[in-house]
Amino acid sequence: VCIHRVRSCSSLPSVKSKYVCVFDRSALKFSQQQRLLRTSAVSCGQIVQFKLSDIGEGITEVTVKEWYIKEGDSVSQFDSICEVQSDKASVTITSRYDGVIRKLHYSIDDIAFVGKPLVDIEIDASKGVAPEEDVVETPPMSHEEHTHQEIKGHKTLATPAVRRLAMENNIKLSEVVGTGKDNRILKEDILNYLAKQTGAILPPSPKAEIIPPLPKSETVPGAPKDKARKIPVPVSRPIVFSGKDKTEPVTGFQKAMVKTMSAALKIPHFGYCDEIDLTQLVQLREQLKPLAEIRGVQLSFMPFFIKAASLGLLQYPILNASLDENCQNVTYKASHNIGIAMDTEQGLIVPNVKNVQVCSVFDIAAELNRLQSLGSAGQLGTSDLTGGTFTLSNIGTIGGTYAKPVILPPEVAIGALGKIQVVPRFNGKGEVFKAQIMNVSWSADHRIIDGATMARFSNLWKSYLESPASMLLDLK
Amino acid sequence: MVLQPSLKNCLWLPCILKTPKAGFRSTASGGLIIQSVSNDVYQNLAVEDWIHDHMDLEKRQVLFLWRNSPAVVIGRHQNPWQECNLRLLRQKNIKLARRRSGGGTVYHDLGNINLTFFTTRKKYERMENLKLVVKALKALRPQLDVHVTDRYDILLDRHYKISGTAAKLGRTSAYHHCTLLCNTDKFVLSSVLKSPYTGLKSNATPSVPASVKNLLEEDPSLTSEMLLDAIAKEYATQHQIDHRITLINPADETLLPGINNRTEELQGWEWVYGKTPKFSVSTCLNMAYKDSVLEVKVNMDVKHGRIEVCNIDLPEQWLPPALYSELVRSLTGSKFCPNEITTLVTTLLRVCPQDDELHSRWNLLCENMIMLV
Repeated sequence: VCIHRVRSCSSLPSVKSKYVCVFDRSALKFSQQQRLLRTSAVSCGQIVQFKLSDIGEGITEVTVKEWYIKEGDSVSQFDSICEVQSDKASVTITSRYDGVIRKLHYSIDDIAFVGKPLVDIEIDASKGVAPEEDVVETPPMSHEEHTHQEIKGHKTLATPAVRRLAMENNIKLSEVVGTGKDNRILKEDILNYLAKQTGAILPPSPKAEIIPPLPKSETVPGAPKDKARKIPVPVSRPIVFSGKDKTEPVTGFQKAMVKTMSAALKIPHFGYCDEIDLTQLVQLREQLKPLAEIRGVQLSFMPFFIKAASLGLLQYPILNASLDENCQNVTYKASHNIGIAMDTEQGLIVPNVKNVQVCSVFDIAAELNRLQSLGSAGQLGTSDLTGGTFTLSNIGTIGGTYAKPVILPPEVAIGALGKIQVVPRFNGKGEVFKAQIMNVSWSADHRIIDGATMARFSNLWKSYLESPASMLLDLK
Repeated sequence: MVLQPSLKNCLWLPCILKTPKAGFRSTASGGLIIQSVSNDVYQNLAVEDWIHDHMDLEKRQVLFLWRNSPAVVIGRHQNPWQECNLRLLRQKNIKLARRRSGGGTVYHDLGNINLTFFTTRKKYERMENLKLVVKALKALRPQLDVHVTDRYDILLDRHYKISGTAAKLGRTSAYHHCTLLCNTDKFVLSSVLKSPYTGLKSNATPSVPASVKNLLEEDPSLTSEMLLDAIAKEYATQHQIDHRITLINPADETLLPGINNRTEELQGWEWVYGKTPKFSVSTCLNMAYKDSVLEVKVNMDVKHGRIEVCNIDLPEQWLPPALYSELVRSLTGSKFCPNEITTLVTTLLRVCPQDDELHSRWNLLCENMIMLV
């Protein structure tokens, strides 16, 4: 009695009972989708010892440096199994068989010997689902390099997973163009072939495994009925989505951010927003930019915003303070160390400019340049990143108008600056002119700061920026 | 910087490659000589990768010539902390790359030529390649005392190493690449290849330091171009092909589909640092605090470039226990990278009690920890 092994549905829970196959004539009429349960411990598959093949140059031993698979993993022929090293040569060992890894004979840094077993593989020799003409399982390969299977005159090279996909979609492998090594047919090739058939457009990434849903032409609204009848209804194919969720641990810098932001949101925030007319400041900056460049410094708007903030803090020092843990004491900080939120590859970092109260706009610009280049190189030091007392976030460089910034403890206030937009405004004479408007959104700690204080600070800051000449009066 | 080889010897072919059998349209057969127009180490390593995976080397072997702007290149299974001065690299903006072949660490700059010999796995033969190079050098300057050692180095005057070798073997193809010191900055070379990190224990492949000398020191009339040309000529002779060098642009996605993804992968932290074999750090921080010096033992296990285990032996109550455990918790799983640790500890400081004494202790400890990385 022959036993036909039918591929088991791996999502079914394994059954303790022994595998038993019923064979009678009717079995041959089983449809392709028929599945039989099979235990995971069954030794239907033959275990083969995959030996380390000759490396060349008379080398007899190598050091195992990295495993790409572990016991229990499925491998296909040509998948990388491990990396070994011998005398300055790094060798990638690939699998000769399709199957499941049952045993690794070496650990990392062990010496492996040529001709001795490297891994044990349980061969996946399943056959039997009534094959179409050109779609045939590849039996385990012999030691020689023959990697082609002559099937009725066609050379079709594909792994079992690819063959299964083709079979499920009723595709003849001979009709598919292989783009893999040695003209192998890859999963992408099957998907491309499918896409051409359905007229769907695949996403550009070759790794994408999503076949977009088929156009349902019969439900298109507004299509005239007679036209709909003429549009051929696409053959319904199963939508294949094999994307998987990816879970990663929260580590390092992210972990620290979680802690900080959780603490931040314990602070009762209130917000206050306003519009600033930067028309005059824009002109002033245009004038001063070349002067700064001569001195080797790039001048943006930030140095003005920062200096104006410091001037405002001189009048409203409570915004530059810190509340202790028990909310018992408020410490008014003497230095205005104004932090600038920076977006880097890692995420949000906030270096600060120290002692803005004694810096000129040019000094601030130079310092900003230094912090920005260190920030993009990932080389900011601890002193640059600690000691901040007040923060400005220029989210407008990316976009946005109003925001709801989160206060960074142990500070008590923060401002988010939107993008500068050119909009029409009325001047004193009632005429329309082009104004450069920027929005600011402040957040402050309501435990020690009240709305009025925030509003007055904002108005003062706004007045300095709207008529920059007024800054001259109060500059120290 | 664009290389300017003599036009009569180089041909720029707008080749269209059909994957997988990449075919540079060329009238030559049996061999192909190509040269990169880029000095970016990651791009050039990506080209090696690409050729290894995509080109059919059965009928035609390939010689790839390339040079890089300053970079340190470590072997596949090496530990960058053990091999070079990472702090100095960062300061001087010298790139760090990990190649896919084995072997030791080298310093590249424009005064160093890289040669890669691509063959099928069966035809992999390093000695032959190195003998070719020596033959070319002797043809150019017969008085040069150069020979190949059994460690696959090329020595000048029996003593100075002018070339190191590494190789990569795949299923069907293989490559052997080597360097050739023409006019490299030896001062930078020796300073970057000296690691300041102590207490590292690992099974990573160690490098074997050697005295080096530039060929141009031996004979100032030589130039890198002359050497490249001589080697190409010898290769052409031995493979019976035209002495013609094809230029390729490692950023050309049409010519080399998928090349930019490979370049990105080679540049990424996960490859350069994350592939470091597991190692441990066991050292002692000497922190000067107030009037005394604190000796703080630090032990860390680093796997895949990330801190797996972290122990800092501080005097009891030097830091509040809650804060200390928060620090250790945050460091665990963090990248073994100064930038990551800096941003981590400064961010954590925000949720510390506002105490000057505490802050100065925290900063002292963190500054010292960062120096280890």
